[in-house]
Amino acid sequence: MMPIGHYLFLSLALFLIGAIGVITRRNVIIVLMSIELILNAVNINLVAFSRYFGDIAGQVFALFIITDAAAEAVVGLGIIIAFFRNRETVLADEMDLLKW
Amino acid sequence: MLDNVIFYFFASIAVISAALMVTRRNAIHSAVFLITTLLATAGIFLQLRAEFLFISQIILYVGGIMVLFIFVIMLLRLDVPLPQIRSRTQKWIALLVALAVGVEAGVVLWLARKVPGQGLLIPNPAPADQLHPNTEELARSLFGAYLLPFEIASVLLLVAMVGAVVMAKKRTDA
Repeated sequence: MMPIGHYLFLSLALFLIGAIGVITRRNVIIVLMSIELILNAVNINLVAFSRYFGDIAGQVFALFIITDAAAEAVVGLGIIIAFFRNRETVLADEMDLLKW
Repeated sequence: MLDNVIFYFFASIAVISAALMVTRRNAIHSAVFLITTLLATAGIFLQLRAEFLFISQIILYVGGIMVLFIFVIMLLRLDVPLPQIRSRTQKWIALLVALAVGVEAGVVLWLARKVPGQGLLIPNPAPADQLHPNTEELARSLFGAYLLPFEIASVLLLVAMVGAVVMAKKRTDA
């Protein structure tokens, strides 16, 4: 059995890559995908602790996070489609309708 | 030993394709690399003896969410390279912030590993052949102690479904 630190470092790496994606990309769809990556990194942590503590609760929470990710992706893509219909763009820095 | 090989195999696939995902300019390529990352993560779940999460990761994430993403990318005709961020400062700030967070968390994890007595108090995990069937135990927990959150999650999905339909539908009046 491997030490739990390996899983935590893998999760950390995926989380940071996702965070960099959220900050640097202009395409909103890729920003949404980076958020999925971040949620996935959290899931690795939860499942690893669930295994090492022998407590199933971590996996239950990971399941809820997958549900949340699905809901978030659906609503986010709905917003993107509605925005694209109005402005013909998916670039984040052109989404300035509420700025004045 | 075999555990190590499996872990590093899946972990390197996950990290490399995640890095490719945030750097490709074409959204479809990003989506495919994200699918690779999610499948590698599913492998990690299987190594952690979370069989139900392994299969729901593949069915839900790869089969559901990512297909939705690719569907929208194709629908909006975004499968072409889009212009990247113009300002270089934002990239440097992003890298700096990520580096700071990474170093901080890495140092904490490293110290927690080193310091005896104050580290991560992780008991030795149960041997794999003494574990209960994973799906059965998960179901007992989900429909027992976590029944209320489970029902709330179903309401959340309903709300998300209605919201997506309302937002993506064509406004005919108004």
